[in-house]
Amino acid sequence: MFKGKVALVTGGTRGIGAAITTLLATEGAHVAAGYSRGKESAGMCQAKLASMGASVSVHQGRVDDPADCARVAQEVLDRFGRVDFLVNNAGITMDKTVRKMTAEDWQTVLSVNLSGAFHMTKALLEHMIERGSGRIVNISSVIGETGNVGQANYAASKAGLFGFSKSLALEMAQRGITVNCVAPGFIGTEMVEAIPKAALEKVIEKIPQRRLGRPEEVARVVRFLLEDDSSYITGAVYSVNGGLDM
Amino acid sequence: MNTLSNGIAGRVCIVTGGARGIGGAISTRLANDGAIVAVIGLPADRDRTESLRASLNGSAENVVFYEGDVGEYERCTKAIEAILQEHGRIDCLVNNAGITADHTARKMTIDEWNAVLQVNLSGPFFMIKAVLDAMVAQNYGRIVNISSVVGLSGNVGQANYAAAKAGLIGLTKTIALEVATKGVTCNAVAPGFIATEMVAAMPPAAIERAVASTPVQRLGQPSEIARTVRFLLDEEAGYINGAVFNVNGGWYM
Repeated sequence: MFKGKVALVTGGTRGIGAAITTLLATEGAHVAAGYSRGKESAGMCQAKLASMGASVSVHQGRVDDPADCARVAQEVLDRFGRVDFLVNNAGITMDKTVRKMTAEDWQTVLSVNLSGAFHMTKALLEHMIERGSGRIVNISSVIGETGNVGQANYAASKAGLFGFSKSLALEMAQRGITVNCVAPGFIGTEMVEAIPKAALEKVIEKIPQRRLGRPEEVARVVRFLLEDDSSYITGAVYSVNGGLDM
Repeated sequence: MNTLSNGIAGRVCIVTGGARGIGGAISTRLANDGAIVAVIGLPADRDRTESLRASLNGSAENVVFYEGDVGEYERCTKAIEAILQEHGRIDCLVNNAGITADHTARKMTIDEWNAVLQVNLSGPFFMIKAVLDAMVAQNYGRIVNISSVVGLSGNVGQANYAAAKAGLIGLTKTIALEVATKGVTCNAVAPGFIATEMVAAMPPAAIERAVASTPVQRLGQPSEIARTVRFLLDEEAGYINGAVFNVNGGWYM
């Protein structure tokens, strides 16, 4: 389906990002998967997909650094000639209640989760405008809609992505570029597995479907939004959360 | 080949108002993907369903017409019984049937208010009520309600339509909660202004305004809604529940 297309997925070697990378690559796209730390897991992800015959490259960089974003974008354009899809997926948590959250905890999460999407988008936007086509999907979170104890920074960054996406969707509406958000609920990734067991059980009790989602269940929504035929969907937020927040 | 392998093939899908407009596009898409499509419609929809079947390449036999009126509960249950008898199961329900009776609230009659609520809101409730036991019993079901951007934004002259379509979102979320552990999902798709007879019936100046106020500067196509519905009906869409998927060209965010 995506033969000849090039996708850039930030944080694309682990968790939800790895599932997105895998799905797009198995659909025939070349996927440039970004990572900041975890060189080893990035190498493993690439090797695994290469052994399946998929076309994946990995690119080290920090989304919170505009220069790094520009460098990676250029690297991908130089090597693969084009970028059709940008999936801003890279994200981190630094959980603490506001009373204990330091200014640095706040700043760091905002810089990666929200400013990172802005910097990466800036680095590829002119290219997409020039080509008159592009698909941008930002991975937000159910927490951006509901808030969550201990996640003021994360919730603010993910809610901020809604505002960013909708503004950009309006700005790009007549240029063939759509911008949408996918808002996952609690998905079985390392990030969620880091939640203490008792707390995680409480989370699952609150999910109407009584289970965590799978990364692949999020990836397929991203893929849907990236299709050529999705050109009438822009500025939308598609939730995948088992009914956790409606 | 496993007939269920593409997430929809072999599934029995009901599409109310599935003979034309957005519903016709949904029926076409599902039939082409190998689903068995039970179109429920008014008597006049029988011929329309025939034309739709004639337009299908090789999947005409996948579409079956059942007469029914979603605004009448007894006729819903009768149609459902006939479908169950014929096909043994119901996997998907698309509540698409809808009408308009536009007037500003000052001029809207009580009859116009009631008629639109009856078809657009009570209709989906009746249909869901009629299929839900079967879905719960088989521990599988996909329900998609076709709401509207107008249910989110409101619209001059559409107090009845907007209320029904907003109400449908409340119904969607409640059903989603009630059957969340039963293998049944319930979601809504909210189209913007789509090129159908319903929109074509608007005054030309109003259509021009709708296009001009849509960020992507065009009407949507029925097939663009159909593919979103099909996506939500997929077996693999099981973690999407109680969601409202907008397809509106950026008209409302």
